[in-house]
Amino acid sequence: MENAPLKANDIIREVKRAGVRFVVALPDRVTSEHLLKPMLRDTELRVVQVCKEDEGISVCSGLYCAGQRALLLIQYTGLLDSLNAMRGVAVEGRNPVCFMVGLLGKEPGVPPTQSKKYGLRIVEPVLDTMGIEHHLIERSEDVGKIVTAVDGAYERSAPVVMLIGREPI
Amino acid sequence: MMKRDECLKVLARRRKDEIVVAVYTAAQEWIHISPSEWNYTFTGAMGQGSSHALGLALGRPDKRVIVLDGDGSLLMNLGSLVTIANAGAKNLVHCVCENGTYETNGGVPIPRAGQVSFTGFARAAGYPKTYEFSKLDDWDQGLDKILKEDGPILVDLKVEPGEDYPEDFRRLYSIEHREAFRKALQK
Repeated sequence: MENAPLKANDIIREVKRAGVRFVVALPDRVTSEHLLKPMLRDTELRVVQVCKEDEGISVCSGLYCAGQRALLLIQYTGLLDSLNAMRGVAVEGRNPVCFMVGLLGKEPGVPPTQSKKYGLRIVEPVLDTMGIEHHLIERSEDVGKIVTAVDGAYERSAPVVMLIGREPI
Repeated sequence: MMKRDECLKVLARRRKDEIVVAVYTAAQEWIHISPSEWNYTFTGAMGQGSSHALGLALGRPDKRVIVLDGDGSLLMNLGSLVTIANAGAKNLVHCVCENGTYETNGGVPIPRAGQVSFTGFARAAGYPKTYEFSKLDDWDQGLDKILKEDGPILVDLKVEPGEDYPEDFRRLYSIEHREAFRKALQK
């Protein structure tokens, strides 16, 4: 089961089941081909392409106030680049920004904190320090966490980060 | 050059039920000049006003959204011009209060103060309409048309400080006010 592929269609299905209709995105090599490109073609989703990840945090927050659920699809490097917006807009602003973050270069089956790559190792500790809930989505059964994570974020008015541990197919 | 508070008063007189996203000094003045449940001031980080406004505009296409941005703030999020133009937010009016300084952060001049063209940035990004105003009468006469046009529209307001208004960062960044705004929007 550990090696069962992560299916992009399952992720998209669960994202929709969570009530998400807006996807705010910057391309990430882990998710571009099988998640973002199909989402761009999906008539049930509106994709808003942003130029920088921190913009996306604020777009999602504006959508929240407007009564819409959104997903922010980015790469972990963009997450690290956006820590001040995560702090000020998402956490202190109590905005339920739902991040889906590709862990580019993570070794399959290796926990992010044990990756050989420094940037990947620090992601979860940084989120823990900021008090931001996070979930690893790497195995096929992990897609079951998506609806709960998104619902929980909106119930708590707090951000949540779903870390995509391998390229979905 | 227009006094900023006089400029905002012109907008306040024309305002109906538009959402107004305001940042920094313009926000400090706006909440006194045009108190309303449709004011949104919790932007959380410098430069982010235009991006919050885009989310509101996309989520509520039935309402017009006006953002009172700053020049230093917009320089911090110039990519948002491309994002907004690409999203085609017809209901978004993006006003930039160009005072040439980081007023809230000590009055240090912005880079190339007075020499960059915010309307030029916006046109190059794809905003279909842009305006510049440096005289209050022109702004007063032009605003009605702007509030009826399809956007996104960028309006560069050449301003300088006017009267002093009390700073109230607690109010600007109050979750309670933001929640009241959110609930008002869902009525």
